[in-house]
Amino acid sequence: MKIPKITATLAAAALAVSLAACGQGGTSGAGGNGPLIAIVSKGFQHQFWQSVKKGAEDEASAKGARITFVGPATEQDVEQQVNMLTNELAKSPQALGFAALDSRAAAPLLQQAKAQNIPVIAFDSGVDSDIPATTVATDNKAAAADAAKHLADQIGGQGKVAMVVHDQTSLSGKDRRDGFLDWMKQNAPGITVLPPQYGGGDQLQSANITKSILQANPDLKGIYGSNEGSAIGVIKGVQEAGKTGLTIAGFDSGKAQIDAINSGVESGAITQDPVDIGRQLVDAALKAINHEQLPKRIDTAYYWYDKSNITDPKIQAALYQ
Amino acid sequence: MTTVKTPAGEQAGGLTGAVKSRLQQLLAFASLVVIYAFFSIVSPFFFSYGNFIAILFSTVVIGTLAIGTTFVIISAGIDLSIGTGMALCAVMSGVFIVNLHLPLALGVPLTILFGGFMGLVNGVNVAVLRIPPFIATLAMMLAAGGLALVLSHSTPIYFTDIAGYTDLSSGFLIPNLPNAVLILLVIAIIAGVLLTKSVLGRYTYSIGSNEEVTALSGIDVRRWKLGIYAFAGLFTGLAGVMISARLGSAQPATGMGYELQAIAAVVIGGTSLSGGKGSIIGTLIGALIISVLNNGLQIMSIPQEWQNVILGAVILVAVYTDRIRKKEA
Repeated sequence: MKIPKITATLAAAALAVSLAACGQGGTSGAGGNGPLIAIVSKGFQHQFWQSVKKGAEDEASAKGARITFVGPATEQDVEQQVNMLTNELAKSPQALGFAALDSRAAAPLLQQAKAQNIPVIAFDSGVDSDIPATTVATDNKAAAADAAKHLADQIGGQGKVAMVVHDQTSLSGKDRRDGFLDWMKQNAPGITVLPPQYGGGDQLQSANITKSILQANPDLKGIYGSNEGSAIGVIKGVQEAGKTGLTIAGFDSGKAQIDAINSGVESGAITQDPVDIGRQLVDAALKAINHEQLPKRIDTAYYWYDKSNITDPKIQAALYQ
Repeated sequence: MTTVKTPAGEQAGGLTGAVKSRLQQLLAFASLVVIYAFFSIVSPFFFSYGNFIAILFSTVVIGTLAIGTTFVIISAGIDLSIGTGMALCAVMSGVFIVNLHLPLALGVPLTILFGGFMGLVNGVNVAVLRIPPFIATLAMMLAAGGLALVLSHSTPIYFTDIAGYTDLSSGFLIPNLPNAVLILLVIAIIAGVLLTKSVLGRYTYSIGSNEEVTALSGIDVRRWKLGIYAFAGLFTGLAGVMISARLGSAQPATGMGYELQAIAAVVIGGTSLSGGKGSIIGTLIGALIISVLNNGLQIMSIPQEWQNVILGAVILVAVYTDRIRKKEA
């Protein structure tokens, strides 16, 4: 029994060594001795996060920096993210990019980063703390206003519009609701916006809400869904109710939404640009390392996409199935 | 704590079996040392007291779950409900302490007992209703995950205003040794002693080795199985306390997949999934091997995809050696 165990241990060690050799490739971007930016994201496998990673890698290799990119398996794995953050800080990177799953759980570690003089750049969503040098994220209000503008154009600036929002408590929910409402109030006097309904971002619930809105408002001209689940729910609700001729404006992507846009059921949607988030994140981190002044927020790009531009490479890069 | 006197060892051939069992643990420990030394050499950031504590800290939740489930696995059972069960216990801790304003001295033991109650339900399903453990605990896994969401209204419960709760995890009763690590070490010792010296431990091995023979020798197998699952559940409850204390919040949607990591730790530690064999020290070493690999590979900036590949390879190697050992024994 002794021999196989030792062989196995040696085999494991050999495996680790060989992987260590290719481990240098793990720090992507231009190799060598450029500054190391450790990025801890909210996820890893998901297409959205892979796009953030790609943007960060591109920018890093252009600017001669190195990055590492890790994230938990699901957006519920708060403990795993905290462990990852601990491990990244042990490397003493020159800067840290961080998208918090739960700001409060990470607070002691952010204090530690501050004590180690590692600048922190928050990305995707804000970190509820004054430690991050800046926050790199989509301006959801402006993006929602853009959705309102396209929806208003499509229906000719006249009629009733409904909105199905994912929730009234999260920052993204509030911004995507208020951005839409404010634009309509200021720019579309001919349009009546019905009070927002909340479907928790759940497709089924949003579909049910949409059906009752349609029931109560047979003269409805357009509906806005504020995230992937809401928008897909709106599409489902409209289809189940057998309504045609409605203008639907959505948010984010996902296969169901992309299909609906291609088939003409949905007019178009707003997408964030995860590649741009990655790029701007690395850019801000490098500025922070050089002690340059950073604005409190850095807004990343978003696009309105519809049937006409959905195959555009820039749009394609931002969309996920 | 490195026990040699297990019924399994005795069955395997008296003293030689006992020696082999001890040697296996020594070799598992040696593997851990080799991996630790390897990372210390290749990375300038790995070898430090701070990182050593960070590794132990990251082992606490999985380690606690793994220690509890070692009992179940030695009895030839399996418990898939410990991951989401832990999330439910964390939520229950929030319900007891935040919502019902119970003092910590009451809320924490209640949470641990609640874990024991979940284990008892598993035990009833397995031992009395004779549902296979895989199915019974799969059902509990789903039910617990759902209940955690229901009871918390799908939002985290924060312990921000509860003085002392996060200290359960990150406070220092002993300087430079976080309480979470201290608790892990203490429960490992208690579990190790119970497994090797108590009646519960002896019957756990005995049921796992051969349930029929155990029953024929006049032992009430059903009752002891109930006891084993309920006892293991206490650790699920404690893990719920530890994770919520560490995060300062009960995260209702977390926990899925933790059961597999805990089972992996148990298996790497030399406990046989077919029952009758295993040790707490082995489980602890198994959990540490996983933590050291996670920490070391990340510090070396190995891409995350490859980290999982390596972990998978390590589990295979561990189980393969275990098989060879069994063939020879």
